[in-house]
Amino acid sequence: MSLLEVENLHTHFISRTLNDELRVAKGLNGVTFSLENGEIMGLVGETGAGKSLTAMSIMGLLSPPARIVDGSARFDGIELTNMKREELDQLRGNEITMIVQSPVSSLDPLKRIGRQLVRIQQVHQDISKAEAHQRAVEMLRTVGIPNPALRTRAWPHELSGGMAQRVLIAMALINSPRLVIADEPTTGLDVTVQAQILDLFLDLVRERGLSAIIITHDLGIVAHYCSKMAVMFAGRVVEQGPVRTVFKDARHPYTRALINSTPSRVARYGHVRSAGGAPPNLYDLPKGCHYRDRCEFSADICATIPPEVHLDSAHLASCHFSLNVPWAAEG
Amino acid sequence: MAEPVLSVEKLVKHFPGQTRGETVHAVNDVTFSLFPGETLGLVGESGSGKTTIGRCAIRLLEPTGGTIRFRGRDITHLPESQCRPLRGKIQIIFQDPYRALNPRMRVGRLISEMLMLHTALDAKGRRERSLELAERVRLNADLLSRFPNQLSGGQLQRVCIARAIASNPELIILDEPTSSLDLSVRASILELLQELQASTGAAMLFISHDLETVSFVSDRILVLYLGSIVESGPSKRVFEQPAHPYTQSLLSAHLPTDPEQPLQRHLLEGEVPGPINLPPGCPFEPRCPVAISECGLAMPEARLLNGEEHTAACIRIDDGSNTLPLQR
Repeated sequence: MSLLEVENLHTHFISRTLNDELRVAKGLNGVTFSLENGEIMGLVGETGAGKSLTAMSIMGLLSPPARIVDGSARFDGIELTNMKREELDQLRGNEITMIVQSPVSSLDPLKRIGRQLVRIQQVHQDISKAEAHQRAVEMLRTVGIPNPALRTRAWPHELSGGMAQRVLIAMALINSPRLVIADEPTTGLDVTVQAQILDLFLDLVRERGLSAIIITHDLGIVAHYCSKMAVMFAGRVVEQGPVRTVFKDARHPYTRALINSTPSRVARYGHVRSAGGAPPNLYDLPKGCHYRDRCEFSADICATIPPEVHLDSAHLASCHFSLNVPWAAEG
Repeated sequence: MAEPVLSVEKLVKHFPGQTRGETVHAVNDVTFSLFPGETLGLVGESGSGKTTIGRCAIRLLEPTGGTIRFRGRDITHLPESQCRPLRGKIQIIFQDPYRALNPRMRVGRLISEMLMLHTALDAKGRRERSLELAERVRLNADLLSRFPNQLSGGQLQRVCIARAIASNPELIILDEPTSSLDLSVRASILELLQELQASTGAAMLFISHDLETVSFVSDRILVLYLGSIVESGPSKRVFEQPAHPYTQSLLSAHLPTDPEQPLQRHLLEGEVPGPINLPPGCPFEPRCPVAISECGLAMPEARLLNGEEHTAACIRIDDGSNTLPLQR
C-alpha cells in the first residue's frame, strides 16, 4: 500500500451568478498519483494548473465555493476526503504537515516563535511545556538557526525570509510527520539562501525517511531534489514518472515543451517550441484533451479524453500519442 | 570604440533608513558603460542595488553621487521637466506588467498613449502605428480593445514591450521582465526581446536574479553584491570561469534543469547582510569562505583577468587562492 494514494480527484469551485445560474470552475479534473514511503515527488505545472489546489484538497483545507466532488485521497489507507474535522485535525500538523510559500505571513505575528513551536506540539501530543520547549530549541538548532535558545523569544517580524522559512520547516518537522507537503518552499528567497534551505529540508526528509511533495515551477529543483515528478495541466496529471526518465524521454507534448522552454535548453537547441499560450478557461474546458488548443501535434482524435498510457511500471502519460510520439524522429 | 549609449561613473545612491540618522547604502561606487546594440546583464540577489541602478539610469531616482551620461550628455541632476523628453529615448519595462499598466485604459490606448507623448503622429497615424506595434510583439489585434485585467501575464508583458518600443528608444531597461511569468511563457518573451533588439538596435540593460535567463540574453554581465560590482565581463566567460568567490557560489547555487548534470556546490553560510552598516572592506568578506584578515581592511580594487575585459574585485586572486573548495 502506498503512503498516499490520490485517485481521480475532482475539485470544483461551485458558485451562482446574480441570475442564479450555476457557475462551475473545474479546478481539478481527475488527479491521480501515488506516493510511496520515502519518496520525494515534485509537482510541477503552470499557474492555475491545480498544484496548490491538489495539496489543499488532500489536507482538507478547502473552503466554499471549492469542494471535492469526486474521487478519493487516502493516507496510509485512510480516506481523507470524507473525514470529520476533528479526525482531520488529529492528522494535520501531526502525520501530514505543510510548508507554505510566504513564510513570514504564515507565522502568527502576535506570538513568539518558541511559543508557536511549543503549541503545535501540545495540540498533538501529551507533552509538558518544559519538554516541548526543550524540543523546540533542539529543532531550531537542527534547522540551522544560530543561538536557538535565545531565538525562541524572537517575534516573526524580527526574522529574515530565510530564517522564517527555517522556522516553518522546524514547525513542519517537530511532530515527526510521515508526509510533508512543501508548496513553493523557496519562492521569494534569494538564490544562495534557496540552496541552503532546500539542502537542509531534503537532508532532514531523507535522514528521517519521510515522504515529501514539493510543489514548484522550478524544474531545476525537481531535477536535483526529487526522485519522482508529476506534471499538471488544467487540473490533470498529464505525465508522471521517475525524474530522470521524464526529463530524458517525455511522452506528453506539454512536458516536453515545458522542459524545452528553459533558457539553457533554448540556447542549446535554438528555437523555442513554445509551451506558452493562455491557460484553458476552467469554466469552459475543451472537450477531450485539455492541452489540445495549445498542442502543436493536436489531431482529430484529441477531442476524446486521452487514455492513461503505462509506459512502464512507474512512467505514465496521458496523451493519445504517448506510445508513438510525433517528435521521435526529431530526436 | 563607439560612443556608449549610457555611461555610469562612480554612481552612489543612498536612501534614508527607517530610523533617524540611518542610511541605506543601496549603490556604492558603480561604474560601467553600455554600448549601442549591446545587452548588459545586471545580476545580484535582493538588496544588491540592481533595481536602484536601473531606476537611476532612467532618472526615476536622483543619484546621491557620481555621474550618469546618456549619449555623452550629463543627466545626473536634470530637472524633472527635462527628464520627460528623455524618457522617449530611455524606456523601462517592469517586473509586474499588471501593476505597470493603467487598469482603466484599454490596451490600444495604452500603446497609443506612448505615441501621443513621444511622437508627432496624428490620431490616424497613431492608430496605424499601434496596430503595427501590436503585430511586432505578436499581440492579437482584437486584444487592443480589451482592458488589462482581461489579458494574461504574458500578453500584458507584450503590451509593456510594445509601449517601450513605441518611441524608438535607444536604451531599454528591463527590470526582471520575466520573473513574474510562467516558465512556458518566459521563453517566448525572451525570444521576442532578442528579436526586437536585433531589429531596433536598442541597447538593453537586463536586470535579473535568474542567472540562466541573464546568461541567455546578455553579451556582458555585471555581478553585484551589496551595491558594489564584484565581477564583470563577457557573459560566457563569467559563467565558465567565475573568479570572484561570490560569483562562484552564486553560480553553484543555481540548479541546472537537467537531472544528469552533476551539482557543484559550495554553499554559503548566512544571508546577505543589510545595507545599513556596510562592512568596511570587501562587502562579501563576512560570508566569504576564503576571506583573510586583509579582506576586511579596504574595498578591493577590480583586477583584470587574462585580458578580455573580465575583471573581479577580490584580493585573493593575486595569489590564486580565490577558488572555493567544492562540497559533495
